[in-house]
Amino acid sequence: MAAAGTEKLLKVDIWRGDDDGYYQSFTVPHETSQTILDVVTYIQRKLDATLSYRFACRVGMCGSCAMTVNGRPRWTCRTHVDSVAEDGYIKIDPLRNFPRVKDLAVDMTVFFDKWRDAKARFVPSEADLDGFAQVDPDSRERKEASAAIECIGCGICYAACDLVSWNPDYLGPAALNRAWTLVNDVRDADPNGHLKAVAGDAGCHACHSQQGCTSHCPKSLSPTASIAGLKRKSFAALLKGAL
Amino acid sequence: MSGRLELWLFVLQRLSAMVLAPLVLIHLVTMIYAVQGGLSAAEILSRTQANAIWPVLYGLFIVAVAIHGAIGLRSILREMTPLRDKGAGAVAVAFCALVLILGYRAVGAIA
Repeated sequence: MAAAGTEKLLKVDIWRGDDDGYYQSFTVPHETSQTILDVVTYIQRKLDATLSYRFACRVGMCGSCAMTVNGRPRWTCRTHVDSVAEDGYIKIDPLRNFPRVKDLAVDMTVFFDKWRDAKARFVPSEADLDGFAQVDPDSRERKEASAAIECIGCGICYAACDLVSWNPDYLGPAALNRAWTLVNDVRDADPNGHLKAVAGDAGCHACHSQQGCTSHCPKSLSPTASIAGLKRKSFAALLKGAL
Repeated sequence: MSGRLELWLFVLQRLSAMVLAPLVLIHLVTMIYAVQGGLSAAEILSRTQANAIWPVLYGLFIVAVAIHGAIGLRSILREMTPLRDKGAGAVAVAFCALVLILGYRAVGAIA
């Protein structure tokens, strides 16, 4: 921290309440290498203990601390104040497209329900019981899956997606991205079942390829590419009569 | 959600786009080239009527526009207006029919 009297201060506006709320202003000392999560934690511990927010690992693994920072969805534990503050000003909102619970905490139930609806879970086959599956790391399927597999389920893509705001039934980038990894998993017993679940106006065919998800994903994944892959694969499956 | 219908609409929209892309280019380039020296309506008609390729090309153009435009309109209506599946579908079908009728009247006039 800078010497007393010369320390830099941040002006922070934080959303309080649920849908019917207001912005509360705080003044927070600026620190070196300070993250947005540090700022929120400082406020909760030192200025207002009633502030609600969610975090767990603090190192970009768990995907629980995503919030809207100066208008963009971000993982707050890995977002430095210096990279986003505008003249020492930070505005923090809960994630868009999610029901608000209180302050910065949102209800993520619908987000994970859509993973279920997209049948975005592995379907084991009998062959798996006989030992380890041999998956060539250089095969096209393995590479496609690898490119999409590091999702931490933070919901940032879902908040960044305009399609979700227009069509509340839309499965969203994360669930579709997960489905794409399974379609490319040679061990999965029901690739056409995955395609069937995601083909349609609330699934991959609704995507306009605006790439809001891809430009905001903190793990630099491209759900847009995964969704385009699902469109291609479902087209091929349709021609083969598998859908 | 009707997955198969959506999938077919997706396929039709992509295929019609593939047809439209070269036809739009041919349309624009031919128009700009043909009117360079100044052409009257009678001269244009005499050329389009002299060669069956123009009515055939524009006949195909209209089918592609009617399909492509109607599917796109349906998506926009569903996302941007209170119309849902049936309402947006009805408007899209009406739009498709209108384009076909007007388009084929025009093709009939130049054939």
